Amino acid sequence: MLRERIPASNYSFLDKLKSIDYLLILLILAIGSISVFAIYSTEGGKFSFYTKNHIIRLSVFFSLFLVLSFVRVSTWYKNAYLFYLIGLILLLVVLFFGISASGATRWINLYFLNLQPSELMKIAVIICFARYYHRIQSSDIQSIKFLIQPIILLIVPCYLVIQQPDLGTSILIAGSGIAIIWLAGLNIKYFVYSGLLLLVSLPFAISILKPYQKSRILTFFNPDRDPLGAGYQIIQSKIAIGSGGFFGKGYLKGTQSYLEFLPEKHTDFIFTLFSEEFGFLGSIILLFLYILLIYRIINVGLVSRSFFAKLYCFGFATAIFLYVFVNIAMVLGMLPIVGAPLPIMSYGGSSLLSIMLGLSIVMSCKIYNQEQISVY
Amino acid sequence: MLNRGRNIEKGRVITRRMFILAAAKILLFAGISSRLYNLQISDREKYEILSDKNRIREWKTPPQRGIIVDNFNKVLASNDRVFQLHLILDEINDFDVTIFKIKNIIGLDKFQVQKLYKKKERLKPWDTLVVSDNLTWEQFSKINLYLHELEGAKPVLSTSRFYPYANDLVHIVGYVGDASPKDLEKPEIKENFVPGLKVGKYGIESSQEKMLIGNYGIKRYEVNASGKRISQIDYIKERQGNKVNLTIDIEIQKYAQELLKGKAGSICAMDIFTGEVVAMASSPTYDPNKFTHGINQKDWQEIRNNPLKPLINKSIAGLYSPGSTFKPLVALAALEYGILDPNKTIRCKGHKHPYELYGVKYHCWKKEGHGYMKLRNAIKQSCDIYFYEMARLLGVDKLSIIAKRYGLGTNVLGDLYNDEKNGLVPDTKWKRRTLEQSWYLGETVINGIGQGYIQTTPLQLCLMTAQIANGGYKIKPHIIKDDSINYKDVINKIKIDQSSFPLHERNYLDDINVEYYQRMYHKKSNINFVLDAMFGSTNEQYGTSYKSRYDDPKYQFAGKTGTSQVRRITDLDRELDLDTEQIDYKKRDHALYVAFAPYKDPRYAISVIIEHGGSGSKAAAPLASKLIKRIIDRHKLREQFNNGNTSLA
Repeated sequence: MLRERIPASNYSFLDKLKSIDYLLILLILAIGSISVFAIYSTEGGKFSFYTKNHIIRLSVFFSLFLVLSFVRVSTWYKNAYLFYLIGLILLLVVLFFGISASGATRWINLYFLNLQPSELMKIAVIICFARYYHRIQSSDIQSIKFLIQPIILLIVPCYLVIQQPDLGTSILIAGSGIAIIWLAGLNIKYFVYSGLLLLVSLPFAISILKPYQKSRILTFFNPDRDPLGAGYQIIQSKIAIGSGGFFGKGYLKGTQSYLEFLPEKHTDFIFTLFSEEFGFLGSIILLFLYILLIYRIINVGLVSRSFFAKLYCFGFATAIFLYVFVNIAMVLGMLPIVGAPLPIMSYGGSSLLSIMLGLSIVMSCKIYNQEQISVY
Repeated sequence: MLNRGRNIEKGRVITRRMFILAAAKILLFAGISSRLYNLQISDREKYEILSDKNRIREWKTPPQRGIIVDNFNKVLASNDRVFQLHLILDEINDFDVTIFKIKNIIGLDKFQVQKLYKKKERLKPWDTLVVSDNLTWEQFSKINLYLHELEGAKPVLSTSRFYPYANDLVHIVGYVGDASPKDLEKPEIKENFVPGLKVGKYGIESSQEKMLIGNYGIKRYEVNASGKRISQIDYIKERQGNKVNLTIDIEIQKYAQELLKGKAGSICAMDIFTGEVVAMASSPTYDPNKFTHGINQKDWQEIRNNPLKPLINKSIAGLYSPGSTFKPLVALAALEYGILDPNKTIRCKGHKHPYELYGVKYHCWKKEGHGYMKLRNAIKQSCDIYFYEMARLLGVDKLSIIAKRYGLGTNVLGDLYNDEKNGLVPDTKWKRRTLEQSWYLGETVINGIGQGYIQTTPLQLCLMTAQIANGGYKIKPHIIKDDSINYKDVINKIKIDQSSFPLHERNYLDDINVEYYQRMYHKKSNINFVLDAMFGSTNEQYGTSYKSRYDDPKYQFAGKTGTSQVRRITDLDRELDLDTEQIDYKKRDHALYVAFAPYKDPRYAISVIIEHGGSGSKAAAPLASKLIKRIIDRHKLREQFNNGNTSLA
């Protein structure tokens, strides 16, 4: 009660250091170093381009994470909408000036980095929604008026991302947004109804999908439909994981990836490589690290005072869970191949940047967990 | 305070919702874990196999063919070193350029280049294209010189079939060539086949494929997703095919082939006890080595269009009327059935007074006639009149029982040669069944001198002679060495049969099956009579092959000439009475001769046929005489070798 009265601006630096969640940092470092080893393995055990880049990015973004952790949570709160707006503008920039690769236009060339704004949007939506629901009275939450706004805020970026086209990221953005609406306490019936609506409109939705997306979904239901084409990735991925067994084939000994049977092994299929080389045991340990990470993030939310911090942490934890789940379920053949990176593990600057950014906000919530944020 | 209460309520809702979400997360993570468990623990084996299938690719390495050797272990078919040029397709960037360079270096024509493109289409990108499987030394060294400019080119030292005795053995050993789709249906080829492997096309090479082909080796390589070899992880060595040991003596075979040079015909020689075929020559012949790498059009046409038909293995696929060589068997049959007393006298009155039956005239070959003949003399001088009468008395059905028993009418070497003919020993039932006609007595009459329906192969005649010469015992003719059959054992078995003579209850005059090394005669004296008459035919004055005799008892042989008509002799022909040389080649008689040697202690039987050679005594008997000397000269060597087995190798 005593600390409550001390304004956050008066926290000494020592106080701030004390309230850092060191376990969270440890987890980030653990997953980060595993990712370095995994990416080193995708290059056949040579220290070259991808490994070097990944290490540089990890160090730069981790430092950024540490620095941004000391930004006051109220600052994040104040700039939440601005953050969202920047994300939206960047998405529009992609729409008109984006650079393309393999049939998709997702990136903005920043010279030192090809920025993928949709990745930033994942975080922007969470922080924006956390602010939105922070100030809404619980009595107002159920009203249509207050529901329409976040739905529009969600549909616009999702639509822009689908246009790129990038179904996976779009689903993840939508998922994180919906998670916060859920956390805020919207009546369950809305979720049930919209779920039913989604099911009914599914045939229509599929009909507007791109041919490659359709084929991915059809392939998901029957990978043997086209084992050398669309089904190839999922079949090879399952073979790689399955042949890993309990202990795995050993580090740098994954034949599936080493002999180039695995596609996209340093990005979306990094888990496959890891699982082939480290087996069931390694996979479960990695999964456990992610669970711990999610647990720590939730924990920060639990000890935070402000709704903004709680909503943000719980939302971000759910987002991390979604990324991990969608990616792993995808490479295990439980979900269609939609193109979703595994947080921290996958090679890719924008994804890493957005995760680190998101984590730094979590840390800021932790450091300033007693800070009250005015509702008005 | 109200505000504060609401806020507490809102915080509770958020926390509650968070826990519900957390529960869902735990459930979904559990789902992932169980999926991982399924893939990596339950179905591990399945995926391991799939992973190995992915990464391991097998290349089969061709086995070396088994060699073929003669009785003395002399190599008749070997594997020679050849120079080949292979192209590793996945190392080539521009196929057209590479082929163009190779074309200029080794001098391929347009046709060959086209063939290579066609071949390439059938291969997988990681396969090897065999540009040439038989380069000359010059081509090979040239390729090596320019090798640095030829991506993917690999000069290879390989082996291919080689027949050192080329023409002398092709009808026995056969040859190899590229496998046809039909060949690939044969299980022994299908199981052991590697692309590019040559397979047997004819003769021993084809029928002994199972022995000769061997087993391919397997090289297992780890490959990447695009099929490129990364490393060799396993090599199961190929196994060379087994050796096939023939009973042929290549020296005698070569000599027989030499004797036939320029003629169309066959010479067969056989051990009369063991049944080993010592020589089986057919002329004209051709070079099997030309077939190994695909025969060129010109050579093929030359072989195919030769009027003397080199492709036909005359020893087993040539069918001839046995002519007078059949007479000893007719005499034996007549004696066995007690049809006539060998002392019965029949007068041969020459062409002016031929044998007559129901108004049809049957002439003796001798214009002026033989005069009064008894059986021994009739065999010796080959009097047709005597045999007409004897055949009439005997009847064709009894004759056919004896003829079949002594080896005519069925193929000799079983399924060793797919073109071996059965020949034909006619009888009344056969005629009714196949021609749906009754038998005429006149047909019996000409059957008595080995004309008419009867058809035999030279090897059958050799076997017939052997089985009379060995005292009337059934033997097992063979051309692939059978260690279970040797001279001592056979003699032993024959002696046991002789000593058990009184115990025999079987009636040898019935159409019975006789087991190997058991007697086929009814009375031993009948066999001896025929053998003695054949002795007379060769070694006594007026005998038909008297001129070819040896007086030295070591080489002294006994035989029977034959002259087989290829068409009906008309009255005009008889009047003209032309010499062989004056007649059109195609209309000339076939000359035949069968013999066994040495007379005192027989061991070998021989048959000679010269197509359109004229009379047996002039064209065939002299060749037999020469060959018999060679066979007997080599007998001791053969006997020593076969007893000591490898002592002379």
